[in-house]
Amino acid sequence: MTPKNPPPLNTIFRFTVIGLVVAILATAFAYVGGWLDPGRLTPDRMINTLEDNAGVHEGYRRNHAKGYCVVGSFESNGNAESLSRATVFATGQVSPLIGRLAIPGGNPHADDGMPPIRSFALQFELPNGEQWRTAMNAMPVFPVSTPQAFWELLQASQPDPRSGKPDPAKMGAFFAGHPETKPFLAWVKTARHSSSFVNVEYNSLDAFRFIDAGGTTHFVRWGLVPEAPFTPMTDAQKQDPDFLSHDLRERLDKGPQRWHLIVTVANPGDPTNDATLAWPADRRQIDAGIVTIDRAQDQADGPCRDINYDPLVLPDGIAGSDDPLLSARSAAYSESYNRRTREEAESATSSTQEPRS
Amino acid sequence: MNPRTAVTFSLPARLLHWLMAIMILTMLFVGVGMVATVSERHVWLVQLHKPLGIAILALVIVRLLVRWRYGTPALPADLPPWQRHSAHLSHWMLYALMLAMPLIGWTMLSAGGYPVTLFAGVTLPDLVSPSPTLYSALRFAHTWLALSLFALILLHLAAALYHGLIRRDGVLASMTKGRRKP
Ligand code: HEM
Ligand code: HEM
Repeated sequence: MTPKNPPPLNTIFRFTVIGLVVAILATAFAYVGGWLDPGRLTPDRMINTLEDNAGVHEGYRRNHAKGYCVVGSFESNGNAESLSRATVFATGQVSPLIGRLAIPGGNPHADDGMPPIRSFALQFELPNGEQWRTAMNAMPVFPVSTPQAFWELLQASQPDPRSGKPDPAKMGAFFAGHPETKPFLAWVKTARHSSSFVNVEYNSLDAFRFIDAGGTTHFVRWGLVPEAPFTPMTDAQKQDPDFLSHDLRERLDKGPQRWHLIVTVANPGDPTNDATLAWPADRRQIDAGIVTIDRAQDQADGPCRDINYDPLVLPDGIAGSDDPLLSARSAAYSESYNRRTREEAESATSSTQEPRS
Repeated sequence: MNPRTAVTFSLPARLLHWLMAIMILTMLFVGVGMVATVSERHVWLVQLHKPLGIAILALVIVRLLVRWRYGTPALPADLPPWQRHSAHLSHWMLYALMLAMPLIGWTMLSAGGYPVTLFAGVTLPDLVSPSPTLYSALRFAHTWLALSLFALILLHLAAALYHGLIRRDGVLASMTKGRRKP
């Protein structure tokens, strides 16, 4: 059959069909990409809010901006081998580490004496190209349990342009509307600033899954317990905005610093999706081995600079849990990483190296 | 023009075409969706994105071999030259992007210092050593070439429907059906 010229009306109809198919597909794409959905909490918006609070400091992390690279190793004693088949836990296995000690907040020039919290991020290098990355905070619980609440907390803590400090009324309203912050607030009241990065305990806070050789899943949290005893920040240290790095270098000049990697195993029914809730103190704890840090380096040219300590970069034998913060962290850290590597690339290629504000 | 003189695409070519059409559209939607949410969808979409993208890389190689081995049916002789040229150009651009997108994805992750993990325990080798400059260039290219690929697919789809609904010249049928019965 030879096709005849279709009648004009029919042709218009057929062109309309084609147009509609294309339009529907394009609209669906735009919707999925968030372009038609201004209310969606995207990684972009999360990072914009961090930038609203601290300003844009090109090339720096959008949170935990002030920090130092450290290098060392983890030696497994085999105690966690029965819980996770990850090679990092094999008896005697030594994994090279690139770490980062930091303080929270988006200002890379912040005063070390301000926040009571320190953070420790680690990248364990495993055989066969696998890695385990973790970013831990020195606190027992996280203030909020969902990305949405974290975003609202960031908005509530935006500094007032006049005082340069968060508006207490907004903060108060946020905490009043978020009773899950109570355990965190109770801790903050009693928290003492440490004199050092190396004498505090760091915590994964989010729960993860360990998968053993038989395929059985165990819910865990992990942390680092220091060998150096806790001492509080001294009055002399309060005068030095960079006392944590000065202390770190002094201690490393004397010798390596060590922590025990402690894995806490959940009992059935313990919350795995809520980082505001600590597990009861009697839960089984396993000392999995020793983290040793030998030297520190400035983050501007150190090996931790271009690492994104995405908590979901995990080896076989470790997996994420149903904690909703994990996915949000992974998404937001990536956006922060994209921005800071782009800025690094731009400043590396620009001939005039003027500092930008 | 008589559509019967146009030979259809070979069966492997047709199967690969439709399988990859679904996979690539899925990849594009998964890609823009996963970077636009902090919800738990983000993680599982990323976990789907990487192995599916590498599968596309493997399939496009097979597909190019099939194309080279079996050839393609001729376009209708009465097709205006500009449409013929656009068709050929756009097809080669589609192949180039199908090949480039997964390679960029893989290289980009290597340049960012990330392990390229497809499944638990399956990690691809690094293609390059870590470099923030390279990472950032490739990350930029991954987005903009993906958007170009989507635009090109819309154009391709519109052209296919134009052949199928308006010209009705057998070009669409050459990819949807086997050889017509005489
Ligand atoms: C939804 C909640 C959270 C968001 C949006 C968020 C956001 C961020 C961002 C954007 C960075 C900078 C990443 C980079 O550029 O590499 C960062 C760093 C960090 N975050 Fe979070 N965070 C969240 C929750 C948490 C939690 C629950 C912890 C608890 C352990 C944590 C610990 C850290 C640490 C230790 C770092 C520093 C990593 C480093 O030294 O590179 N964060 N966070
Ligand atoms: C046909 C192949 C592919 C297509 C069509 C595709 C498409 C996309 C799209 C549309 C995005 C979102 C870009 C944006 O909106 O900024 C994206 C992001 C991404 N793609 Fe692909 N992709 C492909 C292959 C791959 C492969 C093979 C890998 C890695 C093995 C990969 C890794 C990634 C990653 C990691 C991101 C997000 C990075 C971030 O968090 O910033 N892609 N991709």
